[in-house]
Amino acid sequence: MPQEDRVNDFVIKLANVNGTGSASANSLLMKAIFRMGVPVSGKNFFPSNIQGLPTWYEIRVSEAGHLARSGRVDVMVAMNAQTYVQDLHDVSPGGTLIYDSTWPRDKLLSRPDIQILGVPLARMCNERFKSARTRILMKNMAYVGALVALLDLDRSVVEQLVQETFAKKASAVGANLEAIELGYRYARETFDCPLPTRVEPRNATAGKIMIDGNTATALGCVYAGATVGAWYPITPSTSVMDAFKSFCERFRTDPQTGERRYCVIQAEDELAAIGIVLGATWNGARAFTPTSGPGLSLMSEFLGFAYFAELPAVVVDVQRVGPSTGMPTRTQQADILSAAYASHGDTKHVLLFPAHPRECFELAVAAFDLADRLQTPVILLSDLDLGMNDWMCDELEWDPAYRPDRGKVLDAAELEAAQAFHRYLDVDGDGIPYRTLPGVHPKGAYFVRGSGHNRYGTYTEDAREYQEVVDRLRRKWGTAAELVPQPVIRTHPKTDGWGIVAAGSSDPAVLEAVDRLADKGIYVDYCRIRAFPFGRQVERFLETHERVFVVEQNRDAQLKALLTLETDCPKERLEAVLHYGGLPVDAGLVVEAVERAREQGVAA
Amino acid sequence: MTSIAKPKIVHAGLRRNGLGLTIRDYEGGMSTLCAGCGHDSITAAIVQAFFELDVPPHRVAKMSGIGCSSKTPAYFLGASHGFNAVHGRMPSIATGACAANRELYLIGVSGDGDSLSIGLGQFAHAVRRNLDMLYVIENNGVYGLTKGQFSASADVGSKAKRGEENRQPPIDPVQMAMALGGTFVARGFSGDKEQLVPLIKAGLQHRGFALLDVLSPCVTFNDHEDSTKSYAYTRAYRRAVVHADFIPSRQPITAEYAEGEVLSVELHDGSRVLLRKVSKDYNPNNRGAAIDYIRARHRAGEIVTGLLYMAEGDPDLHGVNKTVATPLNELPFDMLCPGRDALAALQSRFR
Ligand SMILES: Cc1ncc(C[n+]2csc(CCOP(=O)(O)OP(=O)(O)O)c2C)c(N)n1
Ligand code: SF4
Repeated sequence: MPQEDRVNDFVIKLANVNGTGSASANSLLMKAIFRMGVPVSGKNFFPSNIQGLPTWYEIRVSEAGHLARSGRVDVMVAMNAQTYVQDLHDVSPGGTLIYDSTWPRDKLLSRPDIQILGVPLARMCNERFKSARTRILMKNMAYVGALVALLDLDRSVVEQLVQETFAKKASAVGANLEAIELGYRYARETFDCPLPTRVEPRNATAGKIMIDGNTATALGCVYAGATVGAWYPITPSTSVMDAFKSFCERFRTDPQTGERRYCVIQAEDELAAIGIVLGATWNGARAFTPTSGPGLSLMSEFLGFAYFAELPAVVVDVQRVGPSTGMPTRTQQADILSAAYASHGDTKHVLLFPAHPRECFELAVAAFDLADRLQTPVILLSDLDLGMNDWMCDELEWDPAYRPDRGKVLDAAELEAAQAFHRYLDVDGDGIPYRTLPGVHPKGAYFVRGSGHNRYGTYTEDAREYQEVVDRLRRKWGTAAELVPQPVIRTHPKTDGWGIVAAGSSDPAVLEAVDRLADKGIYVDYCRIRAFPFGRQVERFLETHERVFVVEQNRDAQLKALLTLETDCPKERLEAVLHYGGLPVDAGLVVEAVERAREQGVAA
Repeated sequence: MTSIAKPKIVHAGLRRNGLGLTIRDYEGGMSTLCAGCGHDSITAAIVQAFFELDVPPHRVAKMSGIGCSSKTPAYFLGASHGFNAVHGRMPSIATGACAANRELYLIGVSGDGDSLSIGLGQFAHAVRRNLDMLYVIENNGVYGLTKGQFSASADVGSKAKRGEENRQPPIDPVQMAMALGGTFVARGFSGDKEQLVPLIKAGLQHRGFALLDVLSPCVTFNDHEDSTKSYAYTRAYRRAVVHADFIPSRQPITAEYAEGEVLSVELHDGSRVLLRKVSKDYNPNNRGAAIDYIRARHRAGEIVTGLLYMAEGDPDLHGVNKTVATPLNELPFDMLCPGRDALAALQSRFR
């Protein structure tokens, strides 16, 4: 079958065995393309296991800058014998499959509509390298070498990356370069290089970086001035705290004395993690805890406490697949409702939805400001896809003029001058009271409590006094709606009056879908929600679009449910477009849903 | 948490402490606990200890969970910050408070239900972290606030008010704290203020986690004949093995105890604890021997009281973490934010 010309627009998928060290080879490959100026995105599909099970890495090369999954596989590197049949099947017609030909494959396990290339990776590495571990590792680098030839990658860029990757292990540089050379030479000598599927240098990645969401979130926590971090390890949020610690080690540790300007506490469980955060914020430190669904469930009791007692807290929920333990290494957006209403009683929480790592950074900073300003928990809803995969995004920027918004905290001088201090009075009419910190001034003392209290902060079981407080909390919620980040709205000049609503990591799939629909003459507007409470602009988008597709990654249309509950939009107007198998969503799902609706003639 | 405002009448003749404050300044709201509840006596001892230590009330953070005992912070130190957490989870609040501001005096008050059932995990980890705080368990063997169920500290064979007999072995917070590496472990009795006040003072001044388990009879649900946590039982079977005298740093030591019977331990602020052995065969420096002794006496139905174990100098939470001396909540933003240039430099890694 003739190969289609796919310059700078294709997908490479690498099938490996977990624990064989393929991660660095795969990310090196992706970074090389990025450095050649061509936009890429990488997605890692890995099992909840340390060693032995199948793992895939998918690299999408897209000159147009599409970052979602594309649904195709143009080049498959099939390194896992166990999944060979499936991998073979997954290649798009006209594509290429590369396998380790050290052990020849059965002829039956082949396909006439794709090109199959065998590279004796194991044999070459066994001949060249001595230790068993090196042989396994170098097989990965050898396929990188073959791909350099087949995809026409810039060798000097690849070599430079090897130098940087192994800068701390100089001895590894030589071996890796040799392995690359082995694969490269074999491919050059054996195949027609390069393939019609290949990379040509461009200049489309200037001003961009490749970073995962968890690292960016951690940087946001550092830049916002968080000093106390408490957590209980859970995939996929663990790397938030790992990164926070390493940045603090670098930026907040006195090189002479070793003294630390931060305190990270590995809690005994998530109940304690959020408790530590509240104890710290009660005392005026910025504090946060990263977690995932099961952890959020455990934190509910204290989240309700913080809502009612009005304490700031930042929770980073990197969502994974539920219910229950679910699939820990797969992605979903299925904690929306449990996060919004975590805990019993009339409780609701501010949510932020970052859509790319840069926003993880920015919204993490915003989360601390909002938590302090509103004196309430703020939950940053990230997910595994966003948190653990490397994403191309605009460089992070920092405004040196930034100062934390610590909200309404009375200092010693203000307390000294005050007649008296009462914790829960709505002095300014925005629903936000003033607070004080322990130890600052005798006049500031009060009791933090989750039990019924009146506007002076004293215990009460009086109906009127209690209602006065919870009604003010509703007023505060109104203020929150004005303070939270507004949605990103893209209207099409030729709009048909249809809209799409989505949040978080569904964004690239929707952006691509909107473009693809426009190519087909279907013009839809797009509102990407960035926060709950939704605010006026989201309300208006819903009011002004006769049909709205709500794209989200869960079974029960949780975002749609929240929109129905918390806005005046009639339920019939919203149509759920759902994706919940655990892999990141692709544009095709959205395109199909809109097209189907169009064919059914539901449009006005 | 209920309390009734207390009229503040200061007699001219009332003694003033080093800060010029009277004992009234260390009181809180009026208690709404049952008349005769042991918890109220502990409150009084806490008030006296803080008063005598010259601690400025607003420099104290008092915390608790849920239960009758956990209500008591409302009844002492009205001018200090309080945190009435959720059931069993005060230790994590204390951990965060300590992380953010290492200069405050932290006192937590909890119940045996609060600490030994729902809160057992957090309690254990607070000990393990050697959190710098005084942790008081007001131990009555029952759930007072939910009206009389057995708690995890109820002894085998002890009976509930309606006659039901407890068959499960108790969890003894003292033995637990010792096993977990606690650096200050003491037991007192709400009916013995003389013993209690120095224990509270020493616990407050100890750098690290100070556990004070106080037997505190519940007159409403557990002060009957078949209870091992009643006033009568505690009075009869209590055996003080070590008496602790607390001597503030500014006072000279004029103790005249015989060598070998008194152990003097210097605390980080220069104050001292004199451990006077009442029972000759007790050694408050030997963790293993102390546990054995307490166990043996417990089997004989006795309750060992006093400062049962003490070790100074083990690193606390901040020591382990190597936290700066300045409280984290006071660090200026410039010392926390790496700034624009650092961010730009860092990003070369991401290209
Ligand atoms: C999550 C939760 N479960 C149950 C309760 C009900 N509850 C309140 S106090 C208490 C027991 C208190 O016993 P203890 O700590 O021994 O204190 P005491 O009242 O005896 O001083 C319980 C079970 C609660 N408040 N929260
Ligand atoms: S019920 Fe028991 S513990 Fe509670 S206040 Fe009354 S006597 Fe004290």
